[in-house]
Amino acid sequence: MGRKPNTVELGMFGAMWSEHCAYKHSRPLLGRLPSIGERVLVGPGENAGAIDIGDGLAVVFKVESHNHPSAVEPYQGAATGVGGIIRDIFTMGARPIALLNSLRFGPLEADDEIDSDAAARNRYLFGGVVGGIAGYGNCIGIPDVGGEIIFDPSYSGNPLVNAMCVGIARHDEITLARAAGAGNVLLLVGASTGRDGIQGASFASATLGDDREERRPAVQVGNPFLEKLLMEACLELARTDAVVAMQDLGAAGLTCALAELTARGGVGAEVDLDAVPRREPGMTPYEVLLSESQERMLIVVRPDQVADVRTIFDRYELTAASIGRIVDEPVITCRTGGEVVCRVPGRALADEAPQYVIHGAAPPAPDTNLAALAGQPVSASVLLELLASPNARDRRPIWQRYDHMNGTNTLIGPGAGDAAVLRIKGTSGALAMAIDGPSPARIGALDPYLAGLSAVLEGAVNVASMGAVPIGITDCLNFGSPQTSLGGWQLERAIDGIADACRALDLPVVSGNVSLYNETPDGPILPTPVVGTIGLIQDRDRALRMTWSEGDAIWLLGDAADDVEALAGSELAWRRGQRGGAPALDLPAVVGMVRLLPELAAASVIGAAHDLSVGGLGVALARVAVASGVGAEISVESAPSPTATLFAERVGRVIVALTPERVPELRDALAAAGVAGQSLGAAGGDRLSLDVAGVRLAIRVSELETAWRTPF
Amino acid sequence: MTMAAWRPRVVVAVFPGTWSERDFAHVAENVLGWECRTLWHLEAELGACDAVVLPGGFAHGDHLRTGAIARFSPIMRAVEAFAAAGGPVIGSCNGFQVLTEAGLLPGALMRNDHLQFRCDWQSLRVERPERAPAWLGDLANGDVIRLPISHGEGRYVADAATLDGLEREGRVVLRYANVAGEVTDEANPNGSQRSIAGLVNERGNVLGLMPHPERAAEAELGGTDGLRLFRSLERWLQEQPAATERRL
Repeated sequence: MGRKPNTVELGMFGAMWSEHCAYKHSRPLLGRLPSIGERVLVGPGENAGAIDIGDGLAVVFKVESHNHPSAVEPYQGAATGVGGIIRDIFTMGARPIALLNSLRFGPLEADDEIDSDAAARNRYLFGGVVGGIAGYGNCIGIPDVGGEIIFDPSYSGNPLVNAMCVGIARHDEITLARAAGAGNVLLLVGASTGRDGIQGASFASATLGDDREERRPAVQVGNPFLEKLLMEACLELARTDAVVAMQDLGAAGLTCALAELTARGGVGAEVDLDAVPRREPGMTPYEVLLSESQERMLIVVRPDQVADVRTIFDRYELTAASIGRIVDEPVITCRTGGEVVCRVPGRALADEAPQYVIHGAAPPAPDTNLAALAGQPVSASVLLELLASPNARDRRPIWQRYDHMNGTNTLIGPGAGDAAVLRIKGTSGALAMAIDGPSPARIGALDPYLAGLSAVLEGAVNVASMGAVPIGITDCLNFGSPQTSLGGWQLERAIDGIADACRALDLPVVSGNVSLYNETPDGPILPTPVVGTIGLIQDRDRALRMTWSEGDAIWLLGDAADDVEALAGSELAWRRGQRGGAPALDLPAVVGMVRLLPELAAASVIGAAHDLSVGGLGVALARVAVASGVGAEISVESAPSPTATLFAERVGRVIVALTPERVPELRDALAAAGVAGQSLGAAGGDRLSLDVAGVRLAIRVSELETAWRTPF
Repeated sequence: MTMAAWRPRVVVAVFPGTWSERDFAHVAENVLGWECRTLWHLEAELGACDAVVLPGGFAHGDHLRTGAIARFSPIMRAVEAFAAAGGPVIGSCNGFQVLTEAGLLPGALMRNDHLQFRCDWQSLRVERPERAPAWLGDLANGDVIRLPISHGEGRYVADAATLDGLEREGRVVLRYANVAGEVTDEANPNGSQRSIAGLVNERGNVLGLMPHPERAAEAELGGTDGLRLFRSLERWLQEQPAATERRL
């Protein structure tokens, strides 16, 4: 700028150059993620990514975190997280059709690691977050169709709330956030501007300390009713040709929206801050520019169409204030009472934050004795313990609080499959969608590269298990401080893992978000890259289920995972205090299976599939038996460690069910694709009988169900 | 005009914050082949129509009370007049709440007893369907149907005299039940008094229910029992001389 910035300008730079807005520690690394593909219509850098799904339609989607706000005010933190991600989707001109969420909390019950105060706080956060997601999504009328939730002490006091929204747009109605055309009018639409959420972006970029209660004013308050009106008005607007660009106001409020709109378009703006509708008198320019009041949009409109645009907003009783215009000189000038209060190049705010090169190193590997764990005898009580564990048990008490059917598209909803399946009205197709963290969930503690790699693979396997071809992902990187050696190493390795998995699967990353400084005085969270995956099913009548029928043949596809190291990072190992080991993964083998599953589904060779995750093969078999109300006779002849065979968790393994006469076709398909597979047995009866290298267990399905339905 | 060309014409009323109108319109137009218009709450005229739908959602954000502001919308004057003339009206979910606030049906819908929102498939026992011939004419007393519910404030409440009157007049036409059709406390998802899920007005043309029939109209979504209500309406309209006059 060639001069010292004034106080207002410093505030603008402070917010825009925060980690939350500027990605200054992650941006150099994010360039490693592949974002190009034949189907990609809009890649990273816009409000959300868009991928072609045929019939002139696009799927528009993004995941975003709201971790820090949720740690201090869980209901509003989670609610505004949902509101923010929905705005990102309809800002693109897409009608939101689904919400998903990935959540992490500390344990809800006190144990050796968590005292009763911390457990009580975790329960408060858990209840508030679920309530906030339900409150916002139910009111605005967008179904919450899926998600995942993991409990671990590292998230105690620092929960993760990652919300994903999926929308559908016609190609010609996609609206970008790229201002253009000197003289075009800037309309600020929706809620009036208040003093809530000021410096939220900076707050979200700091480590959570003991002062977290005092940070409550930095959290915004959501109004889903207002956003519903805003959504309908903006979607109506996107169908006209009056809009040049549209941008929602999120972190850093008006400052960020002005900077990003103008920087993307290479233009500037003249803004009269006095024209901004206020909630209260006496607000300073600093406050107006940095307020994070929710449910606001900034729209660039051609001058001759302002009246038409106003008519639409009037109908929804929404304020549309003309606050300025676009100018050629790429500078944002704001005035109040005719006086200039700031004059900043938008690009300096949006694109020129300093970038840091991360330096980190691997920590020493923790001691562990997985061999001893692998040698322990297998018993029914271990399977029941894992089924009832907070990380595996039935999530119905959570998702039945979310409207998951609104919009009449939900073919397979929460709890009914590895991914949600929503039909695309007017076509024969459907979208499968999933949101997943690393698998196993704590693998990042052992190898952050595998955390990134496995999160992508888990999502791909989940949508493939519904018969879908994965076509793109969105990612949310939740990590501790990048300024520590550990944090820097974890972030870089995880991004490399995501990138390698995406390249192997030919999957573009079209949108995403980074949340760093997820630390409390007790330390950082587990490295938690979260991936939202979209899959396409051409013929939705061929979508797979996760239930088997009496007489079906049951097969395991993928690695047998019966070796000692396969237990590394597993729920069982963690529960037994064996928190080390060197997990390994055969990437090409998993890729082969992701490609094979939709082919098997399209040819109706298999009827059901279920991905193995928490609790491994044992829990997966129990889960399908409960869902089907039908038991099974399972036998694994050779198993170096029956414990590993039943409870190891290595990503990229699936059990499938098929009628016996299709087994030869399955064998041929596996051989042709080079995918490993073994026959496990057959479905039938009212108990799950397991014979693992001579070790026998038999548990009634009703007993499995009781354990699995342990309430929270 | 030949009978083959005849199609029911429905109007779906839309308040700020309503969200089931698109689902109703989808079923009416794409599943049933009906004519369907959605009308904004500020409209004072329904135009030519054979039935009115008050859909689910959060009209006016549920501010004040569910349905409390919507009842004052201009369109409600038209709906009241339509109902008074015997026209079939269905209010589902938030629409039921609007009907009670407007006084078209007695009682009120309060917060669920467990204080949480609840979305799930729910079994319902059909009772005295002849009392709501336009909406339940194709169903039989004792039928068990499955419809989705999705609400935070669906606990039906009225004073004892009103409840006794409703029972005596056979106006409780849908009750929460288990899959066997037994009305039990466990099967009651929200603590509604006497497990009331749906009721009709005295004349039998205005039906209010918390469940969503429009979400159960296509097999791939998990059930088609909702269609039985819409088919009932279609048959009833065809049998009404008055409806024929309205059509012309």
